[in-house]
Formats: sequence, structure tokens, C-alpha cells
Amino acid sequence: MPSAIRCRNLLKTYPGKPPVEAVCGLDLDVPTGECFGLLGPNGAGKTTTLEILEGLLSATGGDVEILGMTWRNNETALREKIGISLQDTRLADKLTVREVVTLFRSFYKNGISPEDAIATVSLQEKARSYVSKLSGGQRQRLAVACALVGEPDLLFLDEPTTGLDPQSRRQLWDVIRAFKARGRTVVVTTHYMDEAERLCDRVAVIDHGKVIALGTPRELIARIGGEHVIELNLAEGQTLDQQAAGRLPTVSSVRPEDGGYLFAVTEPHVALPAVLNHVRESGLTLAGLTTRSTTLEDVFVALTGRHLRDEKEAA
Amino acid sequence: MTPDRPSSPLWQLTISRFKEFLREPAALFWVYGFPILLCVILGLAFRNRPVEKMKVDVPAGMAGAEKLVDALKNDPQIDLAKDFDEATSRNRLRTATTTLVILPIGTAPGYEYLLDPTRPDCVHAKNAAEAALLRYDQPNRTQPKRITFEEPGGRYIDFLIPGLIGMNLMGGGLFGIGFLFVDMRVKKLLKRLLATPMRKRDLFLSVSIGRFVFVAIDILFFLTFAYIAFDIKVRGNWLALVVMVVLGAFCFSGIGLLIGSRASRMEVAAGLMNAVMMPSWLLCGVFFSAKNYPDTMQPFIQALPLTALNNGLRAVINDGAGFESIWLPVLILLAWTVASFAVGKKLFKWN
Repeated sequence: MPSAIRCRNLLKTYPGKPPVEAVCGLDLDVPTGECFGLLGPNGAGKTTTLEILEGLLSATGGDVEILGMTWRNNETALREKIGISLQDTRLADKLTVREVVTLFRSFYKNGISPEDAIATVSLQEKARSYVSKLSGGQRQRLAVACALVGEPDLLFLDEPTTGLDPQSRRQLWDVIRAFKARGRTVVVTTHYMDEAERLCDRVAVIDHGKVIALGTPRELIARIGGEHVIELNLAEGQTLDQQAAGRLPTVSSVRPEDGGYLFAVTEPHVALPAVLNHVRESGLTLAGLTTRSTTLEDVFVALTGRHLRDEKEAA
Repeated sequence: MTPDRPSSPLWQLTISRFKEFLREPAALFWVYGFPILLCVILGLAFRNRPVEKMKVDVPAGMAGAEKLVDALKNDPQIDLAKDFDEATSRNRLRTATTTLVILPIGTAPGYEYLLDPTRPDCVHAKNAAEAALLRYDQPNRTQPKRITFEEPGGRYIDFLIPGLIGMNLMGGGLFGIGFLFVDMRVKKLLKRLLATPMRKRDLFLSVSIGRFVFVAIDILFFLTFAYIAFDIKVRGNWLALVVMVVLGAFCFSGIGLLIGSRASRMEVAAGLMNAVMMPSWLLCGVFFSAKNYPDTMQPFIQALPLTALNNGLRAVINDGAGFESIWLPVLILLAWTVASFAVGKKLFKWN
């Protein structure tokens, strides 16, 4: 299978005092037909990476190949074959949905009819509405319709669901899945972990302009040792012997979190009684206990010690 | 599965421009309504009125006053006040309530004029009174016949209309081009368009086509209004007028492009526009002649694009000129056009 995207040692430095290294030595391979997620906190370099791949920004260094072509030599051909939805683009306010999609359709040699593109994102009822009258979710779907109308082989979506309500997010996920089902490639950035888990075949976790983890969501979760998490809170002032707790059956790691402790476990039905016993025998008092599945958020925290949406850290 | 394009990108971009403009009532008002409104208001304020009668005082109760009153009372140009005493009349002159006080000199023939020689209305009043007294003394002298000449051309509104057309071409170019691009940049629409196979040329062409259609409508509208409301006709060569208008539109589109080439915030663009427009309104002969400024400033003022445009428009519309007398404005505008497009294109930022 040929690669849809192949990039090696990508570098992007913004001039300034001091210069900002937005992307520093990033490698990516995305095979055709995959839905690939770029994950990371704000300011991690996701959008910069994406815009270099989209040919909107030139890299300071490194090689980028898209669909077997380069931006330098094949810009016109590449533009025909990729669809893009930028982060919060405001399309012409006083045009209707159909007019905007028709305008974008006119730029492409081949593509689907504007009506089909509008139907794909379920905006038929709004086809005659001005863009200014659309809700946030409807605008995002319109942006996706504009990205799809040229029938691209490769679709780039930059935080397509940020700020949307749950229903709008699901609608967009369906659109993306349908596109992928036809053998096309999708690259999506997000800082929603659940979105990446549900949507992406593989994800790259990006932090400080580098890929710090790459794999299927399941692989990444397995890498931190266990698909389940036990969250445990003790009474005020009490502390747990983390080393002893880490030796309990099927517990692969223990780390402090928000005043409590997180246990990564492989078999919760074995681990849970052991953890409770350990607490009792140590003379500690439980203040709270929950269990849940491990998420990519846990992966990110385990890798970086920071939360994905911790704005202070990201800035 | 892949039907042909609905139509060409240039056509789609162009009709999108028109739709967006026509659906924005505020834009319609500022481009068409406001200049017309300005024109009406200024036209009314500065409309030409018949010359007012001049106030002349002949204080009562002085010897020889009757003869003066007799000489002046029927003069059509003089509004005579004969019932005040001398002190009151002097006071009226001091406060500019009257323009001339005539005092008989006792029983001797002759009289004294009291006036402020630096006030034009005083001088007018003195001339009118003198003429009336002369006619009274020599009733048999033949009077020249008066023929009223009313053909328009020298009124304030005649001066104003070409200036407003120039101002409108400037505003339309700066807003229609400069603001448009900054707005598209702020909305990231420029970047989004760059991400499609759209040819950049098509975008610039569509904006130019839009601008030229609006200019054509604008100018026809304006000239028709000026003709109907103020009887103002284009006296010179129509082709020369078209050249001036097209060049003016081009020139200010270029300056608009330059202003909108990099700004990525509306506030910056608005500041730049004001920095261009405000001085232009004052310096470039829109509301009053640019010749009023001191000679030392003239080379600078005459080189400004709006001065050149207004000079050219006035030459053609008011003075009935043809191509022979607009070559200088044409050259100045061409220079500005070429320079602004070259620099604007070089500086232009898509994201």
C-alpha cells in the first residue's frame, strides 16, 4: 500500500526572540485508507505540522511527500486531490450554504455535485440559509462539505469538533467514517481523547513539536500497562506506600493524581480486592474509589506528566 | 459521479462578490446613499441666493437728511434705516447690524460715509449708495441695460460634484479592495481559498470586475442625480471623463490593495485607511480648492492622487476640457497606480 503521507525530520522554526521551534524533527507515515489522528495539547505543534502537510506553510527543514508528490513540484495536482478544513474558518456570511459549496466546487476539475456534498453532511434543510445563520456545528459541517466537494483522496481536518455539542460531534464522526469507508485517507487533529479513540486507526501523540508516542489507541493504552484504571482517594492527610501497592496482583503501575492515586491494572476483578485489602491492612481509610477503562488521556499524562487540556502548561 | 463544473471559478467568484455586496444593506447605503445625501445637504446649504439688500443708515433729525433719504429710499439694492439717531447708528455699525452710515455735513453739499473699509459688505454698500446718489443728482444720465446670465457652472455645487465623485472613487477603492482583503484574511478565508486549486489570478480578477461594475453604476447614478437635481452637465469630452474615472478607480484600487496587503487585524486596516482618507479630504480639493493652501505646500498637494483626480474631473466636467488638458492628472494617477500595485502585490500576505 503506498503512503498517503510520508514525512521525515520535519522542522519548523518561527523567527523571533528567542526563535520558536514549533516542530522539531517529526517523522510520520500514513498509509492510504487510514484515519490518522494527531493528538496533543494546544501549542504542541499540531496545526503547524498539519499546515506544512497541507502546503500552506513552508517547512524550515525536512522532506514531505503527499500522495507520492511534493508541494514544490506538484502543487496544482496536489490541490486537486486534497480537501481541507481549517481551524475556525469563517466562510462568507452573506452567501447561502449552497452558494458557498457551489463556489468551492467550481475550483476543482473533478468532484461531486454541491447537492451531494451538502447531503453528505446532512445540511439539506439549511441549503438556502445564509452562513451567518448557521450554528457552530452546522458551520463545521459546511466546512467539511467544502473540503469534500472536490472528491479528495486525502482529507485534512484541523480540530473539526472543537466547541461542538455531543450530537454535532457524532454527526461529524459519521461523515468522516463514511469518507474513510470508501478507501480514502483522513488526517485529523484533536485534543479530545475520546474522539481519537473512536475515530482513528492510529494516533501520534505530539508534544513540544515531536512525536512522543505512535500506534493504535489500543496499543498506546496497553503500553502504560493495563486497560483499566482504579482511582482511589484516601482520607485527608493519609498517604499510600506506592512501591508496595505496585506489587499487588495485575497492578502494573501506581501514580499520584489529584490528591489520590491511579492504579493501572490488567484484571480489575483480581486487582480490586487486593487493593482494598492493602488499604485495610495499612490502617488507611478509603474516601473514594472508582474504576474505569484506560483512555488516551491517561496515556498522555503517563507520557508527559501533564494533562492534554491543561491550558497553562500548553501555553 | 463527477459531473462537470457548475461554471467557471471566475464567474462563481464574481457573482459571489455581487451577492455579498447586495445583501449588505449597510454597504449599499455607504456607497450610494451617503454621497447622495451629502450632495443634497451641501447643495442646499451652499445654493446661490440673490444678493441681499445692503443696510444703510441715515440718522434722523439732521439737516440735509431728507434729501439723502429721498435719494436712497427707492433704490432696489439698499435697505434704508432713517429713524435712528446718530449714536444708535454708530453703534449699529460697530456691531455689524448695519453696513454704512451716511452723515450730511450741515447745510453744505456733500456728506460723510462712516464705514469699515476692511469689511467687503461695507464697501459694497458704499458703492451702491454712491451710485444711487449719483443717479439722483443726474436723473438724465442713460442707464446701462441689465441682462441676467443664469447658466450654471460657477456655483458651489458645480465645484462640489466632481470633488464628491473623486472622493467616492477613493472611498470605494480603499474600502472595496482594502477592507475586503483584510476581512477575508481575518476570517482565514484567503488561506482557505489558497488551499483549493483556485487560481490567484481569478480571485484578483473577480474583485476587479466587481469594482468596475460598481464604479460604473456609481458614476452614472451620480451624474444623473447631479443633472436632475442641479442641472450639472458634463461639458467636456465624455471619453476623457471615462479615462479619468477608470484611472481613478484603478489608482485607488491599487492603494486599497496596498493598505490591505498585510494587515491581519481590522483595527490596523481602519487606521491606515483613515490616515489616507482624512488628509485627502482636506488637502485634495474635495470641498474647497486645493489652491487655498500656501504655495510651499502646492508641489506636494498637487502630486497627491486625489488632487490629480479632482483636477482632471473638474477640467472635464466643469471647464469642458478634452484630453489636451488632463495629461498631467493622467500621468500622476498612472504613477500612483503602477507603484501601489507593484508594492501591494509584493507585500500581499495570504495568511
